[in-house]
Amino acid sequence: MKFRTLAWFVGPSVVMMLLFIAFPLASVFLQSFQITQPVVETVEVETCTPGFLGQTCVTETKTTPVLDDNGNPLTTTEWVGLLSYARVLQLEQVGSAIASGAWNSILAIDFWKALRFTLTFTLVTLPLVIGLGLAIALAVNNAARSIRGQIIFVSLLPFIITPVIGALSIRWLFYGDGIITALMEDMFATDISVAANGWAIELLMMFYRVWHVAPFAFVIFYAGLQTVNQDTLESAIIDGASRFERLRYVVVPHLMPLIIFVALIHLMDAYRAFEEVVGFSSQAHRITLQWLTYDLLTPDDAGNRAISRASASAMLTMIGIVVLLIPLLRRTWRDHKGSAH
Amino acid sequence: MKLKTLLMAGAVSLLATAGAQADCAFENDVPIKSLSAGFEAWKAVTDAMAECGNVEAELDQEFRTKQPAAFAANPSLYHIGGVSNGTVTPLLNEGTIRPLDDLVAEYGQDLAPNQLIKVDGQTMAIAMMVNTQHLMYRQDIFDELGIEVPTTWDEVLDAAARIEEADVVDYPLGATMMSGWNLAQDFNNMFLGFGGQFTDADSMPTVNTEAGMKALDMMKRMTEYMDPEYLVSDSTYVQQQFQQGKIAMANLWASRGAAMDDEAESQVVGKVNAAAAPLAMEGGAPATTLWWDGIVIARNIPDEEAEAAFRVAMEGLDTEMVQANSDDAIWLISGYEPNRLAQGAIATASADPAPQSYPSTSQMGLMHTALGNELPAFFTGERDAEATLAAVEEAYITAAKEAGLIE
Repeated sequence: MKFRTLAWFVGPSVVMMLLFIAFPLASVFLQSFQITQPVVETVEVETCTPGFLGQTCVTETKTTPVLDDNGNPLTTTEWVGLLSYARVLQLEQVGSAIASGAWNSILAIDFWKALRFTLTFTLVTLPLVIGLGLAIALAVNNAARSIRGQIIFVSLLPFIITPVIGALSIRWLFYGDGIITALMEDMFATDISVAANGWAIELLMMFYRVWHVAPFAFVIFYAGLQTVNQDTLESAIIDGASRFERLRYVVVPHLMPLIIFVALIHLMDAYRAFEEVVGFSSQAHRITLQWLTYDLLTPDDAGNRAISRASASAMLTMIGIVVLLIPLLRRTWRDHKGSAH
Repeated sequence: MKLKTLLMAGAVSLLATAGAQADCAFENDVPIKSLSAGFEAWKAVTDAMAECGNVEAELDQEFRTKQPAAFAANPSLYHIGGVSNGTVTPLLNEGTIRPLDDLVAEYGQDLAPNQLIKVDGQTMAIAMMVNTQHLMYRQDIFDELGIEVPTTWDEVLDAAARIEEADVVDYPLGATMMSGWNLAQDFNNMFLGFGGQFTDADSMPTVNTEAGMKALDMMKRMTEYMDPEYLVSDSTYVQQQFQQGKIAMANLWASRGAAMDDEAESQVVGKVNAAAAPLAMEGGAPATTLWWDGIVIARNIPDEEAEAAFRVAMEGLDTEMVQANSDDAIWLISGYEPNRLAQGAIATASADPAPQSYPSTSQMGLMHTALGNELPAFFTGERDAEATLAAVEEAYITAAKEAGLIE
């Protein structure tokens, strides 16, 4: 291909990637080393507010931002090195927790609590998504042609539903007097409070993620199954391979690149888990790294937001994803090099 | 004949439209947008404003995070903002709302003096209602069991114990203890009730104190009588618990009172009464904070638009609106007649000593967030009270350093 043609093809995508991925990332990276503060002054302010009948006026000292001539708050920006990272990681507390042998108190620190849950969430759901996706694909592949279309449609539904809505609908089945909780309460004659139990919420969040993502894995694997070499399968049958052996030695190796692809996508997505926390209101019990970043970025009632710590937390999340992906990427790279034609 | 009927119908519908517009004293031809919270009172006010024409009202419970940026834009994305004393701080701090004294002088002749929110002598907002938490309780259950209306939290717990024994409701108590903002606010109420102060003169935190310990202890004792899922329980959750007859008492926002008598969704119409918020300690103020809700006008809009916005707002806050929606809030507007469920909030607001107004400062914003994030660990049992309060102080100090409030 001529370079000119290639440039015309790739150019727009490269511009988009720079604009929407590279520049924001660079800006977040820079901001994680900076702290921007408003210039504040302490002033005496008299504020009059209503009671039910009369007015109450109080004079108090308040810190307010200094405004410039255009009425915008003045700010100062300072390079602080790794300070924001240190504040997110809270290494001092971790150190003292280890020194005093109170391991559990590490998990009470926001970042480590979020990391623990995010990792468990990602690694537990990964094999389940791949396994379930493969199972559905095999089932559909072996189903009679006449009903295949309907089965595919129904199996895809969970993936089509907007994540937050999906999470909410599962939440409503279980929280409070949800249908399922009420049924179980009747069956076992006890009082079940799903939302009061951290582990129950954690299981529910993982169940939701598997339910939501397995259809994606299914579609990919189903497409892959159509390309399995039928001659190889037939010779395997002649050689007396059982159903399981055919799966193990013919189908799965053939699907391996797709399994790695699904695993890559799932690891990236699950590590960025966020909808589950919102949908299940699990903040009291379980938080994820992405939710932590969001929480730092959300302004409070007085308008303060921790942009620098949020940037640091976002960078740490990205580093986490890269670390998780390295084994898979190395494998893909090796395969790629090995099969150079 | 047929044509005549048609014409008549047309004339009647024209009359009807004219009738609807007659509620507004003038016809507004400037497009006005407003952003406010989404509870009943705001629906009533913005509906009344809409009668003037060309008013687009956005009612959004996430208004507090949208408002500061939307008002800082030039021109501002909204003309009218619905605020409370908790959420007006960033607008005041960044100077994105305008002083209203001229407009009040020209169009605000119907406003009561205590509706004017003054900061350093300038009117910055117009209050329309006060809000506070008050003790709502099931009168029928109290009568049946012969329980006196509690005035302190210890008495609330005693009453809860008796209701639990009688087994007449699922849970004796309800509370807005959803982790985050709500839980922090419930702590604030109890903490102030025990005489606590959040920060000292140097902006350093002072919650890891006796008052803080007492507040957490009391809240923990309350949870024994509550739905175990209280960490996902916000105001709407408690309101529905009441409406479905699942709880007998709760310290709930006055603005939720009207929902109890809403026949379309409540099974306890007429059975819920309200009393002053209970005291945390003898001789103290009711364990709650006072709030006001009202409107502000954006700075970054032309003066003509500000004038139109203010006139529309005055139509939204007039006596007619209040008389039609008397039950939806504790209105400050003339013509308001308090109903049965307003008595609790009025008793709370006029108690002696009176509860504090919710402190509206940058420090309080950070403290509220720190409390909302760190307190759940205490209620799930991951941390004891002292470690939790220490963690709150630490989270606050980190945030305050980052915001430049302390060195």
